[in-house]
Amino acid sequence: MSDGIMQPDAPEELEGGTADLFSKFDPLIKMREGLLSTGQKDPFSLVMEKVLSPTRAICNGRDTILLGTYNYMGMTFDPQVIEAGHQAMRDFGTGTTGSRVLNGTYQGHKECEDALREFYAMDHAMVFSTGYLANLGIISTIAGKGDYIILDIDSHASIYDGCKLGDAEIVPFKHNDIEAMEKRLKRVPEGAGKLVILEGVYSMLGDVAPLKEMVRIAKEHGAMVLVDEAHSMGFIGENGRGVAELQGVMDDVDFIIGTFSKSVGTVGGFCVSNHPKFEIMRLVCRPYVFTASLPPAVVATAATSIRKLMQGSNKRAHLWENSRRLHSGLKELGFTLGTDEAQSAIIAVIMPDLEQGAAMWEALLEEGLYVNLARPPATPANMTLLRCSLCAEHSEEEVSTILDMFEAAGKATGII
Amino acid sequence: MDRADTDSRIREQIAPFNKKGVTITDGTTFQGDLEFDSLTVMDFVAAIEDEFDIIISMNQQAEIETYGQLVDAVHKQRPDAGTTA
Repeated sequence: MSDGIMQPDAPEELEGGTADLFSKFDPLIKMREGLLSTGQKDPFSLVMEKVLSPTRAICNGRDTILLGTYNYMGMTFDPQVIEAGHQAMRDFGTGTTGSRVLNGTYQGHKECEDALREFYAMDHAMVFSTGYLANLGIISTIAGKGDYIILDIDSHASIYDGCKLGDAEIVPFKHNDIEAMEKRLKRVPEGAGKLVILEGVYSMLGDVAPLKEMVRIAKEHGAMVLVDEAHSMGFIGENGRGVAELQGVMDDVDFIIGTFSKSVGTVGGFCVSNHPKFEIMRLVCRPYVFTASLPPAVVATAATSIRKLMQGSNKRAHLWENSRRLHSGLKELGFTLGTDEAQSAIIAVIMPDLEQGAAMWEALLEEGLYVNLARPPATPANMTLLRCSLCAEHSEEEVSTILDMFEAAGKATGII
Repeated sequence: MDRADTDSRIREQIAPFNKKGVTITDGTTFQGDLEFDSLTVMDFVAAIEDEFDIIISMNQQAEIETYGQLVDAVHKQRPDAGTTA
């Protein structure tokens, strides 16, 4: 039993070493040492020695199939995209050395924003240096002290960090629970500003949000709605605009956040919106103003890739075939999966615990397959997951090979 | 409604989460004494929010370490709260 709040916090007793600001990391250091001392290869320090294509790389000297890169549409080696990058680097140099609002807006940045406006058929587009900065910037700038942010509890770290930076009241609700969201919206004090934040696809389990109902309810309660479509751009919805498009609620979403580091195949982030005052964001959004803009080659590859994604319907169809096939194949093998059917291009395989998950991850790598190992606290319900993200460039044969590898590794580690 | 009423209603809500049957006083800590992990905190906060029809934002949660602090925070939000809080 505690002595109560009258007692000051006692610093934790430490074994060996001097206590300093790094002492708070000791439990994590210990957990990591424990895992690696068993001879387990470190799942968080893999080096890709050579990248051969969107789906192949050399890891530890071995030809490896990549199944954990979020390179959904396989644009990273597209010849036209690469050529656009080469040309921009020759014409505009290697970097802008400046902020978007000073010397860092080149022709390429405007063309990239034009491509986004066209892709989403929206009035405004703002390009950030990363997807993380797009969430950080937009959320912290529009929702400030006294405003309320109602968000799904499984939201990405960049969303939570944006909430914290803006100092709004943060009110999470149970993952994808429509009723829990509505209850919280009803309880927001009258007159307070309200922002509902949702994701199209949640990256840990690869499940999709019931945006149709949630966006309707948010609007009924007078909230603005921001949807992060990082994991859906390019292949969900008729024009690849994401889950909001698929579920027919694009017109009611105030802000769509996205990234160039997944389907687009480079790096960067963006927000598109039809809000009539949106352009003022360029002057008041600190993560936009106080950082250097993207290099010319990056915005040129992004713009070219986005325009190609508008015509990507065949690739989209193949990506969906891959995703469904991997999902049903893994299910038949006896693995436990994050969703009952394939809802996106992410298939999450649930591991019994971190030790077995790490062992399975290593066994797969030895077979020649790279997947993402996700562990607490990044995962919902403290699960250990092997996350597979499919690419439109994975061939049918590759998906068969992947399933064989899962079978071999699963049996070797005793998971199936 | 006085603080004791808020206290007894929170006590009812906490029971299913108090797996080890820890004796609860105002000084009982959620993390240390009750060993609540982040998932338990989420479910417990939702139960309290629903019971009193209030919001306990993450900003507020960060300030609440003990049972007594929770009772005070909830009681302050009750529209019918008396001055004894």
